[in-house]
This record gives sequence, C-alpha cells and structure tokens, in this order.
Amino acid sequence: MTALLKLEGLTKAYPGVVANDDVSFEIRKGEVHALLGENGAGKSTLVKMIYGLVKPDRGQMEFDGVPFAPVEPRAARATGVAMVFQHFSLFEALDVAENVALGMENPPSQRELAARIREVSEAYGLPLDPHRTVGDLSAGERQRVEIIRCLLQDPKLLIMDEPTSVLTPQEVEILFQTLRKLQSEGTSILYISHKLEEIRALCDGATVLRLGKVVGRCDPREKSAAELAEMMVGSKLQPPIRDAHEPGDVVLEVSNLSQASHSAFGTALKDISFTVRAGEVLGIGGVAGNGQDELLSALSGESPAARHAVKIGGEEIGHMGPNQRRQIAVLAAPEERLGHAAAPGMSLTENALLTGAVRQGLTKNGFLKWGDTRAFAELIIKEFDVRTPGPENAARSLSGGNLQKFVIGREVLQRPEVLVVNQPTWGVDASAAAAIRQSILDLAEAGAAIVVISQDLDELMEISDRFAALNEGRMSKPQPARGLTMEEIGLMMGGAHDMEVAS
Amino acid sequence: MDLSSINPVFLIASLMVAATPILLAALGEMVVEKAGVLNLGVEGMMITGAVCGFIVAVESGSPTLGFICAALGGALLSLLFGVLTQFLLSNQVATGLGLTLFGLGLSALMGQGYIGIKAPEVFRLDIPVISDIPVLGPILFSHDLMVYLSLALVAGVWAGLKYTRAGMILRAVGENHDAAHALGYKVVRIRLMAIAFGGACAGLGGAYLSLIRVPQWTEGMTAGAGWIALALVVFASWKAGRVLLGAYLFGGITVLQLNLQAAGVAIPVEYLSMSPYLITIIVLVIISADKSRAALNAPASLGRSFHASN
Repeated sequence: MTALLKLEGLTKAYPGVVANDDVSFEIRKGEVHALLGENGAGKSTLVKMIYGLVKPDRGQMEFDGVPFAPVEPRAARATGVAMVFQHFSLFEALDVAENVALGMENPPSQRELAARIREVSEAYGLPLDPHRTVGDLSAGERQRVEIIRCLLQDPKLLIMDEPTSVLTPQEVEILFQTLRKLQSEGTSILYISHKLEEIRALCDGATVLRLGKVVGRCDPREKSAAELAEMMVGSKLQPPIRDAHEPGDVVLEVSNLSQASHSAFGTALKDISFTVRAGEVLGIGGVAGNGQDELLSALSGESPAARHAVKIGGEEIGHMGPNQRRQIAVLAAPEERLGHAAAPGMSLTENALLTGAVRQGLTKNGFLKWGDTRAFAELIIKEFDVRTPGPENAARSLSGGNLQKFVIGREVLQRPEVLVVNQPTWGVDASAAAAIRQSILDLAEAGAAIVVISQDLDELMEISDRFAALNEGRMSKPQPARGLTMEEIGLMMGGAHDMEVAS
Repeated sequence: MDLSSINPVFLIASLMVAATPILLAALGEMVVEKAGVLNLGVEGMMITGAVCGFIVAVESGSPTLGFICAALGGALLSLLFGVLTQFLLSNQVATGLGLTLFGLGLSALMGQGYIGIKAPEVFRLDIPVISDIPVLGPILFSHDLMVYLSLALVAGVWAGLKYTRAGMILRAVGENHDAAHALGYKVVRIRLMAIAFGGACAGLGGAYLSLIRVPQWTEGMTAGAGWIALALVVFASWKAGRVLLGAYLFGGITVLQLNLQAAGVAIPVEYLSMSPYLITIIVLVIISADKSRAALNAPASLGRSFHASN
C-alpha cells in the first residue's frame, strides 16, 4: 500500500516547551494508525498541524504524494482530512443539522442535509434525528454528530482524538464497527488514545510519542498492553497494591436522594440510595453528564439535600454546608481542577487554606495563620510529589497532573473519615495516576469510607471494592467489583443508548 | 382629570415614534450579544450617533446624510470597543461602561456649538387618501422613513439569524467560540463585524432622537435609552420579534405617561416618569425568575473573551 499522509521532521515549539520535535511518520491508505503517548507528549499539537489549526515551525507534509501545508481547517477539509475532536466541537443550542452544516464547506439546503444525515447515519449504524437540539443529546449521540459531520465530506483521512473516553463499552464496540467499515472502504484513520487495549484491537500500526519526540514504532497487535505502556512512559509501571481486609461499620449512608440540577443542561438525581463502610472504596462509573457533578455536590454539601438523605454514622447531615461537613471529616475533591477544586489565580498556600482551614486549624479569631498554612501546603507538596518551585506559586502555573496531585493530597492529608472524589486522575499521566490511586487505597486501609466517581472503568476496577453506575441521574445497585464483566458494567451504565451495530 | 383627551389612535402612532430609537439600538445589541459579546456601551454609541447625525444634518441640510454619518459614528466608536476587547482582551463589562462614559463626554464636546439649533425637516410619508384613512392611516401610513426602516430591520435580523448561513455562523460563534475556532471560523473577525453592526444601529437610534423625535441637540439627550435597550435584549430573550414587542411596550408606557400627565392625573409626575423603568425592572425580574428558560436562550459564550490557544 502507498502512503496517504507523510510527515517529515515536523517541529513546533511554544515558549518554554517544544511540543513536537522532528516528528516523522507515515500513514498508508486504508490503515488505522495509532498515535500513542501520555498527556503532554505532543499528540494534540501534531494533529492540529495536520488539520491546519497550528502552523509547524519546520518540516513538511505530503498528502497523496502532493505537498500539503494547510493554512486553515478549511484547506485541510478540502484536501480530504476530517477530524473528530476530543472535546466536542459542538454547539449545544443549535440542532444536529445546523451543527453538521457548520462543519461543511458548501452545505446543501437544511432539508436536503437532514435527509443525507438520516441516510448516512443509518448506513453506518449511528441513528440520529437531524432536528434534535444537541444540548439534549447523550455524549455518545454527540459523538455521532461529529462523526457524521466528517463522513458527509467523504474524507480520505479521519483523525479521531480520544474518541472513546466518554462512551460505554457497548458504544465503543459500535464505534469500532463503524471505523472498520470505513477502513474497508479505503479510508485511513489516525487514532489517538491512551487506552492500550483499544489500540491493540483496532490499529494496524502505531507511532509512540514521548515529550514531543517519536520514541518508537510498532505493530500494536504484536505487543502486549504492558509493553506499549512501557514505550509510552519510558519505565515500568507499578500497579497499585492493597491488602485484603474486611470493611468495618457503615459510615456513609445515602437514602432516597433526589435533587434537581443547578445547571440548565444538568441531570437531576433520582432516588439514589447506597452505603459505604469504613475501609471500603465504592466506585461509581457512568458516562459523563449522568449526574456525577450533582452527586458530588450533594455529598460535599455544595448543594444541600434533604436532612435525612445523607447520614454519617447514623447522624443526619443532608442539610449541612461544606464547612460543617469538613468539621465532621467529610471531605470532597471535585472534578474541575481550575475554578472548582482550586482558585487558579491564588497561590498553593492560599488554596491549601481554602479547604484546610477548618480541619487543620489554620485560622484564629478570624485571622489567618500563614505560618501553619504554608507548612501545610509544603507538606502536601512533599508527600504527594507535587512538582513546583514552591507553595507561593499560583495554582494555574502547575500542570494539570501536578495540580491534581495537590488537590487530592490536600484532602487526603486532612485525615477524612469520608472522602468523595470525582475523576481523581483526569488528565494525569500514568505514573502520577498510579500514585494518586495508591494514596486513595492507603486512606481506605486506614479506615476511611471512600467514594470514587470516575469515567475510567479500568481505574474503578483497579481500586473499588464495590461498583455502581450512574445513568440519567439514577444509580444502579452496587455490586462487588471483583468478577464483574465488561458487559455487565456496560449494562449498568445504560447499555448502548439505542445504538445499533453497523451492517 | 380628563382621560377622554387621550386619543388611542394618536397614542399608537406616537408610541411607534417613541419606541424607534430603543428598537434600533436593542436590535443592534441583540446581534452583538448573539455573537457572544456583551457591549454595555450602547448609551455612549447612541449619543455619539445623535450628535454626529445632528451636526452633519445641520451642516449639509440633508437628514439622510445625517443618518448615514450617525451610523458611521456609532460603528466607529463601537470598533474602539471591539479592538480593546477582541485584540487586547480587555474586560467587556468594564470596557463597555467606559465606552458609555467616553461617548457622553465626546458628544458633549462635539455638540457644543449646536445647542438650540433646529434640525432640518425630515421627509414624512404622506400618501393622499391612504394616509387619511381613519385609524389605519395615522398608524401605518404617515410615519417618517426611519420607522419603516426599523421594522424592516427587525424582519431582516430575524430572517438573517434564522435562515442564512452567515446568521448560523454568528450564532455558532456566540454559542461556543472554541468550537467555532476549531472548525476554522474567524471568531474575532465575525465578532468585530457584529460589534460594528451594533454600533451602527445604536448610532441610528441616537440620530432618530436628535433629528426626529426631539428634534434638536441637548447634552445627555439619550437619558438612559441605551440602558433600556440593553435590558430589552434580555427581556426579549435574544429574539428579534420580542425586541420589537418590548420596545413598543416600553414606548407605549412612555407615551401614555406623557398623556396622563397632560390629562392631569393626580399622581406626582415623578412616579409617571419612572414608571417605564420600573416596569422594565419588574419584567426583567419575572423573566429571570424562570431560571432555566432564560438561561437556555442566552448565548453560551456571552461576555467571555476569546483567545486562540494555539
């Protein structure tokens, strides 16, 4: 097979960091090529160059044997490159057909377009109603909109940036069927993911990036997931360990928790009941936007619930606010690091004070104890290996992974009896993620009751004792995590959301 | 008190005139906000348009030329806001407030030699027979051309936003500027064009005050009309048809209030004068109380600065 896209010596530097350093590889016609690498390895910058969003400093590209240097996405699309974005590039208030039309050069009339959307979406097993508002769609359906938008342009190369992070296992399977069908029609696919099993199942070739450089090429079907991970990280990974132990008494009890969401496109919680015992980790999975944020708010006290809905050790605390809950050792770490878990413009010392003031005794008569606060911040930095010059640095100056270690460490070090975390390792590289998981397990070992909300099923399987899933604001009955199959998990998560397999 | 002196037909005809300045300004601001930009400088742009239009009309003797220059003046001033917020990424709220203060000062300076002069006469529709039809004649067929232009603009903006590709792109930029950028649309350029359109509309609205409604120049003559226009956009939940409705409602209350005063209603004049603003506030409170619905229609990127991250 001949090369469809050939990259030679692509280099792109930003102030202070070289995102891509002399990157070369090629994608053949009809190949599914994986681009592997940790966060910050330069995958996103590379595909942005191919899609014309970023101009390379040096290097050339060739598409179908012709020099290729797109100045804007329009030019890339005209050449035959289409892209499905990691963070959906959709417009929630617009309907499906309008969203598709915005991604096309010369869209036909809305009526004709609606008909073509129906036709193509059915041909690929991704049914879609062109007139629905995107804000009302599930994550899986939103991704279909993006894919259909690409397919309508008959692309020769389809770039997919982390397409499966928001899908249920069944939806992933359907996506793969669609991609294989495309491949059999001669479309090349550049597939970016850090989910190694997926890449082994789908891709014919892989290029591994580390710190902006190509560090390896391989056929992923011939490598094990562990070998691929080693190529990505550059060293062996230590899986988290835990000693088997019997959980203690019930600490956290949630009964019939129902609550409306505070945001317009949010999901209301519906009649949620579960218990968590001392020393136990309850993992809560589910596709994003099914009530995860709302559940965290209800447990942290940000949006107080009915008094009897949340009990700690038999005591009703549903009505309490976050600081009252901190007083009785109920702590939480929300998903969004900048702006929710941490104030971006404030120093790490100040951020340590924000949640630590109550339990660490960092204030006296309304005055701040800066010395103690600084010492607390330094302790977090030391214990959790946060890479920063010092606690006086602003939260926003830290990389995502480092800040995540800081916000998790800040809660863990306050010795919680109940800890609720949402997406503890979101956007964190593999070694830091392992460290965070280990700290959560250590905390459970010490007798805390822990709720981990996450979209990373592998992570949940690794650390939870019991597993439950959120689907449209309802929670499935928690099951022992050991021995659950992917299929069972998928069904708990709400199955395939009425998708069908491509014929 | 003699309420019978209030003639409903005349009331409707004059409310259309009273409402036209805020209708024009609010329509322009709605387009700006649909593109995701919050320009609080409507008042400043209106009064700048008012003085530009008045000066040009007086010097040239042509109200048409006056209106054109008013639109240009408003657009020029709004582009100052555009450059500050879109290229230098200044805060939109602070910059908008600054624009209002700047516009008030600038217009006072420009208009110094023009106080007390009368504006040239504006062409008014007067079709024999048709304009004399009872009831319909005065309401529909005897206005100045700007009233009809403003109504045409309502229809144009509505259809443009709903049915054209340019309108869809504009809405997309206001809805999610990052996604629009990722698809290759020029967010800053589109927003600048929307801002200039909003400025031009505000300028026209201002000139309508100084050339037709009053018609002469006094300092600070817009007297808060720009703020009402801003509130109207929210009141209308970013829909052109409702902007028209809101503007006429507001114009109606203003005119009724004047008529009631003339008829000698025994309420202190101050209450009547504040009534339009009071009612606007009440309506805004009622609409905002319905949180989910009002929020659903607001452009999601409204007031957020856009900076291409790559």
